[in-house]
Amino acid sequence: MKYVDEFRDPEQARKWLGKISALAKLAQAGKDRPLHIMEVCGGHTHTIFRYGIKQMLPQEIELVHGPGCPVCVLPMGRVDDCVALAEHPEVILTTFGDAMRVPGSQKSLHQAKAEGADVRMVYSPTDALSIARKHPDKEVVFFALGFETTMPSTALTVLQAEEEGIGNFSLFCNHITIIPTIKAILDSPDLQLDGFLGPGHVSMIIGQHPYSFIAKQYKKPLVISGFEPLDILQSIWMILSQLKEHRHEIENQYGRIVQSEGNHNALSAIEKVFEVREFFEWRGLGSIEHSGVRVREGYARYDAERKFSIPNLKIADPKSCQCGEVLRGTLKPKDCKVFGTTCKPETPLGALMVSTEGACAAYYSYGQIDSNQIIS
Amino acid sequence: MCLGIPGKIIEITSTENKLARVDVAGVKRQINIACIVDDDHPPESCVGDWVLVHVGFAMVRINEEEATRTLELLRKMGEMQDEIKAMQKSEEDNS
Amino acid sequence: MRDLIENVIVKSFDNPALTPLEDQARFDLKELTCRGDRLAFTTDSYVVDPLFFPGGDIGTLSVNGTINDLAMGGAVPLYLSCGFILEEGLPIETLRQVTESMKQEAEKSQVSIVTGDTKVVPRGAADKMFVNTAGIGVIPKEVDIASTRAKPGDLVILNGFIGDHGAAILIARGDLSLESSVESDCQSLSRLVQAMLKVCPDIHCLRDATRGGVATVLNEFAQSSGVCIKMDETKIPIRDEVRGVCEILGLDPLYLANEGILLAIVPRDCAEQVVETMRFLPEGQNSMIIGEVVEAPAKRVVMKTSFGGERIVDMMVGEQLPRIC
Repeated sequence: MKYVDEFRDPEQARKWLGKISALAKLAQAGKDRPLHIMEVCGGHTHTIFRYGIKQMLPQEIELVHGPGCPVCVLPMGRVDDCVALAEHPEVILTTFGDAMRVPGSQKSLHQAKAEGADVRMVYSPTDALSIARKHPDKEVVFFALGFETTMPSTALTVLQAEEEGIGNFSLFCNHITIIPTIKAILDSPDLQLDGFLGPGHVSMIIGQHPYSFIAKQYKKPLVISGFEPLDILQSIWMILSQLKEHRHEIENQYGRIVQSEGNHNALSAIEKVFEVREFFEWRGLGSIEHSGVRVREGYARYDAERKFSIPNLKIADPKSCQCGEVLRGTLKPKDCKVFGTTCKPETPLGALMVSTEGACAAYYSYGQIDSNQIIS
Repeated sequence: MCLGIPGKIIEITSTENKLARVDVAGVKRQINIACIVDDDHPPESCVGDWVLVHVGFAMVRINEEEATRTLELLRKMGEMQDEIKAMQKSEEDNS
Repeated sequence: MRDLIENVIVKSFDNPALTPLEDQARFDLKELTCRGDRLAFTTDSYVVDPLFFPGGDIGTLSVNGTINDLAMGGAVPLYLSCGFILEEGLPIETLRQVTESMKQEAEKSQVSIVTGDTKVVPRGAADKMFVNTAGIGVIPKEVDIASTRAKPGDLVILNGFIGDHGAAILIARGDLSLESSVESDCQSLSRLVQAMLKVCPDIHCLRDATRGGVATVLNEFAQSSGVCIKMDETKIPIRDEVRGVCEILGLDPLYLANEGILLAIVPRDCAEQVVETMRFLPEGQNSMIIGEVVEAPAKRVVMKTSFGGERIVDMMVGEQLPRIC
């Protein structure tokens, strides 16, 4: 596959790991702990585990998994709201696959479907709009979630609905933004991060400039990285170079996709349809200012929250849940008290066990291999 | 939210609605190309373009030059590493 | 009802054991005991949606699925029963097509459908058509296949491209709006297994990788035998289009369903010969040795990735769902 296979070449991997090993020693010299590099984005977490990259890296580097999985950080209260929408007899609830199994306080969408709610999995919001066209007697609600990567598709679908005069389509909007997320991580008192692998596809939309404060104010390097394993190795090498040279800059490894000014058409569509919420609740991290978006007043007829009354209850995470600490990078999944016992992929207690990108689910499924011993 | 895959646009199915058909390793699907069209790049000009596909939308045009540049850099640095290793080995052999 | 049975079903399956239309099929025991020393008996129900898909239909699945379950025990499949539960209003033509498919697949494997049952239920009580098939076969004396028999040193063999059926069904369902020419790999593996046993009567483990895919079967072997299975991702054949579907939807092909793929664990010294023999048959032409059995870490499947690193391949939890992340 073009633009994919070339970036998965194991021969190249071997050589780059040699370079990384040598550079890591220099960059880490004098420190009393390994270098902590956080990947913010769930897609990067997935690549790292899927290709066994963690074990390939030298001991001077430790990868810390950040909160960049929009499915994982959905609060239980919002899932309950979504289930309530699905249980309206006139509603067809459409959703991405990842969100089907996120547990609410009573049940997940998957369970609601088993109990008779009309819940349908879609690949694209445009497929949800097609369903609305086909079923004019029903209200099709699309469970919109994701960072800025997915916002344009949702926005453009709303604009398409407007153009065609489709009235039986609306969004349950849970889109979140990356910058407040990273800022919350940086402001964490127990933070010990040395650099960031920047989210490649979010950056495709927002560009490079929004990250400047990370370098200027917090003096940490961030390298926007692609999603293939060689992209990640190259990005790690670029972070190490910065650390060795005591630089802290925003760099772009993913030049084939990310332009520094971002994607104009996508940003326009987002700006037209959405506006920032003052607060948005994150599972495991509590409330983060300006981290969510909602549908603008002008598009109220496409906002399920205005069209329907929903419970809108704040449900606290289970007491035993330590997701917040793992999300902030201060606790490793395997050190969580309930990891692998009460909290497993089949019976997830917390956000990070729910989706395959969640750090805990990834640790649990892909495991940690240390010679012949499993640490998982 | 990050899953994007490169694909090639093989035909425009609706100029008005900005829809096209994309081919990803032989699998085809209709996608929306609103993010990649403008006055300089009208829909018809997109046939043959390589794009990043995410949830049924072409998000960006893949910059072929940049892709080649990255691959070249990856390769060159890799070769440098081989050279360094070879140099180190010959030093060890000669000492 | 009798019309339905006679005109459509019996007509399709037409064989001496079935035609008398007694309440039971009868077999001479002596004939069976000549072929081996154990009877293999299995059953499965088929509820696939859609009923017809590229590469097969519910009929081909129900015949080959049960034949394969028998074959995986080393049995020669002989007789099948088939039970239909039909939703009222199902077109007769649909039933005819399905029974025709079943007849053709049964003939290919020299298996007879000898008894059965049909029920029609009210609209809404069943999803178009459900099929159950049960099968019997005879296991030859020297064959001893069990999931507990994998030993360190053994090698793991796979007979072809993975994920075809899972991908074909996903696409055929239509809700992802993907177009592809991928077809289900639904086929009988009976002939292939017999050929393998001929050159290696001591096959240790054998299973077809249906729901849950290759990953699930290997985990089952590892756990039952208390060993570690080390596999090499680069050796696993996968079609470009199946790869494409997986990349678009974020699915792992190791967990996609197959209907014509088997995994065998055999003693190291006969592995090459087994693979060579398999490659002579169409069902085995892409056979590969994909891994080996080692001692530790016990009960785990570890994969060397195409990138060079290693990761665990775990049991599937629930159903694999497409992801956006």
